Formats: sequence, C-alpha cells, structure tokens
Amino acid sequence: MKKEEIPQDDGALNKLTKEVVYAVDSSGKYSSELSTGWDVKTKALDLAWEDIEKRIEAARQKVLNNEASPILYFLELRLMDMGILAAYTGFWKWTIKSHLKPAAFKKLSEQKLQKYADAFNVSVEELKTMNVHDN
Amino acid sequence: MVLALALFYVQLPFLVINNGPAIAFRTMPGLIFKRTCDALGIPVFRKKFSSKESGKKYLDDCLATGQPVGAQVGVYYLTYFPKEYRFHFNAHNMIVFGKEADRYLISDPVMETPTSLSSYELERVRFAKGAFAPRGQIYYPKEKKIVTDEQMGKAIVKGIKRNVNHMIRIPGNIAGVNGIAGTGKKIKKWKARLGDEKAGLYLAQLVRMQEEIGTGGGGFRYIYGAFLQESHAFHPIDELLDISKIFTEAGDKWRTAAVQAAGIYKGRIGSQADYDVMGDYLIEISEIEKKAFQALSKVKWNS
Repeated sequence: MKKEEIPQDDGALNKLTKEVVYAVDSSGKYSSELSTGWDVKTKALDLAWEDIEKRIEAARQKVLNNEASPILYFLELRLMDMGILAAYTGFWKWTIKSHLKPAAFKKLSEQKLQKYADAFNVSVEELKTMNVHDN
Repeated sequence: MVLALALFYVQLPFLVINNGPAIAFRTMPGLIFKRTCDALGIPVFRKKFSSKESGKKYLDDCLATGQPVGAQVGVYYLTYFPKEYRFHFNAHNMIVFGKEADRYLISDPVMETPTSLSSYELERVRFAKGAFAPRGQIYYPKEKKIVTDEQMGKAIVKGIKRNVNHMIRIPGNIAGVNGIAGTGKKIKKWKARLGDEKAGLYLAQLVRMQEEIGTGGGGFRYIYGAFLQESHAFHPIDELLDISKIFTEAGDKWRTAAVQAAGIYKGRIGSQADYDVMGDYLIEISEIEKKAFQALSKVKWNS
C-alpha cells in the first residue's frame, strides 16, 4: 500500500485514537503512518453489531414468550457464551443450561441469582425484569 | 525496529467465535513479546495470581520501586475502549507505568496518548474470565540490557526461520499458506452452504479478524515488509528488499480481497461468481506468500 492510498474514512475507533499502518513512499521505503479508519472495516463491525442486536432481541422475545429465562437474554446482551458465564459464576455449564428454563430460574435462591447478576453487571431486580440501565 | 516474529495464519475448523469462523492472522500478542525477548536474550519475569488481592499487591510493589510492568487484560470491561470493540477478548496487553492516588497510569498500544484506570477498573480487566483468562498476569524484563547489533542480527534470523516453518512447513490445509488457500476454497461454498445472510456475516468476521486495529492480515504483511527492509541494515542481503516487495504485494491483495468481501456483505454484489472471485483472491495470496517464504528459506545468512 502506498502512503497516499491509506484510507482515512470514519471508523468506530476514530472517536478515540488513530490506527498505525505501514505504507511505502514513492521510493518503496516503508514507514509508519496514521489512519482514521476504513469503511470496509467499519461496515464489517457494524454488521457484527447488527447481528448481535438481532440475537439480543430474539432472546428477549423468547423470555417474554416464557420459552427461556432472562439468563439467555443477558448471555446475548453481554456477548457471553456458556464457557464465559461458567467462568464468571462458578456454575457448571450444564447447571447454567438448566437455569435457562423459566421454571428452574424461578426457583433459584437469592444467592444464585446474585451470582448471575454480578456476572452480568446488573442488580437482581434488573436480572429478573430485563430492565437494564447501562451508562 | 519492528521485530516481526509472528506472521501466522490458521483457521480452526471446529472453533466458532462470536458466531463466526475462528481465524488467526498472527500469534497471540503476549507470545510475540515472549519470543522477541527470548530471541534477544532478555530474561522476562512473569507471574499469574490466584487472588485479586495478591495481584494488586504485587503490582503496587513493582510500581513503588519504579518498575513499569506489562499486563495481560480482557477488553470487555476496558472502559476507555469504544463500546463497538469491547468483546470478551482476553489477550490484550498494556503497560502500567505508575499510580496516582487510586488511578493507575496506563500506556495502551491502541491509544495515541497515555490513559488511566481506577483500581477497580484495572482489577476487573486483569481478572477477566473466559478463554485465555489473564489471571492477573504481569511481566517485565528482569534486567536492563542493551541489545547489541549482533544479538539483533541473530534474533532476526531466528524469527524469520520460525515464520518460514509456520507458514510453509506445517502439513495439512488449515495452517500457514495452505490454510489461506483452504479458507479460499471454503469461501466458494459459503453461499450455497450458509445462505446469503450468514455467508455475509462470515466474510465480515474474516475482514474484522484480518484488518482490525492494524495488526491483522493485510496490515501485518506490510509490517513484515517493513521488518525485512529494516533487517537489511543488519544483514545487507539485497534479496531481503526484493522479498519485502512480495509481502507488499500480498498485503495489497489482502486489501483487495477485503474490498471484494465488503461488496458482498454490503449487499452490492453477491452472486456465486462473486464468492468465487473472493475465494480465488485467497488462493492467489497463498501462492504469493508461499513464493515469499520459499525465497526467505533460501536466503544465505552471513552469520
């Protein structure tokens, strides 16, 4: 890539910092330069987030339809998978799996609910209602 | 001096990250640092912690003696990162270089200027959970040493030889240049196998892993090109400059492939022929890089 070809589009990172890229000058010599972003990448990241939003919304609907417990919603909202949630809560994956059922979730002790709430960085009340106020 | 000891490619066929294929364009950042220090003969001290308290105390003691430390962290709770980049990625590295009241002073490679985190914020990222959990890991050079030109020259040769092994000597079709061609072949089947929406998401994931924050596929080929030019100062072998150009060509082709992928995931194009073009770009890249690494493997080093 030549210096003058370095993309200077608006990227998500641009609000905060620039990216270092290496490019060649007219004599073919490399040096490090800065880029504000590249729309090819911005669109890729946007698409990933659109997909995440869809998954979160689908999970919310499942919870509202009583097909899953709020844990499914928060798994998606916090971009976690079972392995990550198991590591944060200390529960086995199969235990979490059973807690994904609404009936099992309703029977959880306050202590266990608190563990999930901590892992998702919400209060127990927010965990139960899916009513989250992130800043 | 960029010491590019870590050019690599692997697509892990059974691993899915963020609901897309797992593709690595380089080795983990911590490993790059480790190999660099090994190659330069700089002993590095590393420590992980079983408790947050002991991790904090150790860090505070280091800073109190004026020792800045490298720290492995997860980015999900990294408050100064833009939200769009905050995934559960646990192999980010930063330098903690001081403490003022409750705030730790941080030099983050992504940021242009120093930043800071509160004790709580730093603890949360140091003890992030999930794959490659950092467990509070910190590291720093055991002693201050001046690296001689001779050591630098040897490290360059060692690094290049390792890259040659990783890129053209691993059998099979998931790693190295064969892996790139293997992914190219798979991409051609994505439209039929996954459908337009999912195939588009997979391509977007490929581009993100490739180009994100300047350290992925195309960008890393340019870094490697720059590294070979800089190596010429230590090993005045003109082939290095010629091979550098081949890496520039590979980097350019990675970017062309990313533009093609974007055409598909933006919905501007998307026929089977467009996927075939995309797959063929990767197969071409594989050939270009194979040529480059074969040339590197034949370089006669003087020392």
